Amino acid sequence: MMENPFQRLGRFTLEAMQKLGRANFFMAHVLLGSVDLLLRPRLLISQMFFVGVMSVLIVAVSGLFVGMVLGLQGYNVLSDFGAEQTLGVMVAASLVRELGPVVTALLFSGRAGSALTAEIGLMKTTEQLAGMEMMAVDPLRRVVAPRFFAGVASMPLLAALFSMVGVMGGYFVGVGLLGVDDGAFWSQMVAKIDFYDDIVNGVIKSAVFGVVVTWIAVYEGYDAVPTAEGVSRATTRSVVYSAFAVLGWDFVLTAMMFGDH
Amino acid sequence: MQHSKLLETSVGLFVALGLVSLFFLAMQVSNLADVTGDARGYRVTARFQNVGSLKVRATVSMAGVRVGRVSAIRFDKESYEAVVDLTIDPQFDTIPSDTTASILTQGLLGEQYVGLSPGAESEYLKEGDKIDLTQSAMVLEQVISRFLFDKAENGDKRASETPEQTQVTPAAPVASPIPEAVVPGEGAIPDVQQESAPAGAIQ
Repeated sequence: MMENPFQRLGRFTLEAMQKLGRANFFMAHVLLGSVDLLLRPRLLISQMFFVGVMSVLIVAVSGLFVGMVLGLQGYNVLSDFGAEQTLGVMVAASLVRELGPVVTALLFSGRAGSALTAEIGLMKTTEQLAGMEMMAVDPLRRVVAPRFFAGVASMPLLAALFSMVGVMGGYFVGVGLLGVDDGAFWSQMVAKIDFYDDIVNGVIKSAVFGVVVTWIAVYEGYDAVPTAEGVSRATTRSVVYSAFAVLGWDFVLTAMMFGDH
Repeated sequence: MQHSKLLETSVGLFVALGLVSLFFLAMQVSNLADVTGDARGYRVTARFQNVGSLKVRATVSMAGVRVGRVSAIRFDKESYEAVVDLTIDPQFDTIPSDTTASILTQGLLGEQYVGLSPGAESEYLKEGDKIDLTQSAMVLEQVISRFLFDKAENGDKRASETPEQTQVTPAAPVASPIPEAVVPGEGAIPDVQQESAPAGAIQ
């Protein structure tokens, strides 16, 4: 029997709420399982290799190019006002406040988040998770918790790397190619970028994004329909939801951090 | 075993790289190094009629070299003056006690900072001292209105003047014997008058 649009809307809403509730129980369970992780740090380290180390290259290269583009675009606009000297401020502020955390989180969800979803989803499909439960091993503690915390720990480091490489890229283009004064580039940057307002807030942002992206990734994998199609859909959803969540949270966090200035 | 050692090393390198990046951002990109350096040094106060848009942590410079920072700006409700605390770096301990502090602007639209010009006393400023000679921030509107009045007084009423301005000029000769008398309406701040005094002398 066909359901009418209202029934469909109702079902959709209820399902979304149910999923949100499940995701919260899931996270509570993972957090409870984190105590085990202290006893077995090796699990965390091997996951940090796959989640963090393997993302270094894409993050560093993207950061370099983003910084170079910022240097180029910023120079074109700022030179109209004779303010090329503030290029360093512009590049560094946009990187540490916004682009570092946000672009890193988007890259991270594409590079690491999708892999986590697919891996956990496939484990579920091939009944490895069920097998663990049969052996009285809690898959949330053994499989999900290390991956989650590896993601949360890696994101701020990756975002900091992105910002640093980006500033270098901006320096290379601005000072190296376009002839902005070397000393002014750095001194204006140091004068205008505040440690607590800019750097610390950027790190908080990237940590929040790390939690959001990894949470979505591991949950979508754990919640995937155990078929080939289900895993592929879960992987897609993981990336799409991560992008939405990161951009939405970015607005909220920016409003909280920089709104009152 | 060999593989796991490689894995651990690469994770260690990754974490170190991330921390180095954070350190770089903190020290090279942001003002952390300056902020932590501020805790040291001695503090002197200066009173200004008007601090303009001076901000806490603005530079205090002498001969163009940074010697300290503005550590606090308060309002004195008895004298209606702004009280500015300056923290001077400890190595600059030979600043004469009759030094003048003025609020200046970097470039045309730049940030405001406190410039010190040394006096001739043999006593030096120390912790808790007060700088007596101060010069307030230049308020652009007041300078412009001052300039326009001077123009009017000079009887420079040729060309390009709007009807309102020509109306002002007839009044000017009446006030001209005492040039400052024209201004108090908008130039209530004595320092601005001081600044423009040389301009009056040229007339």
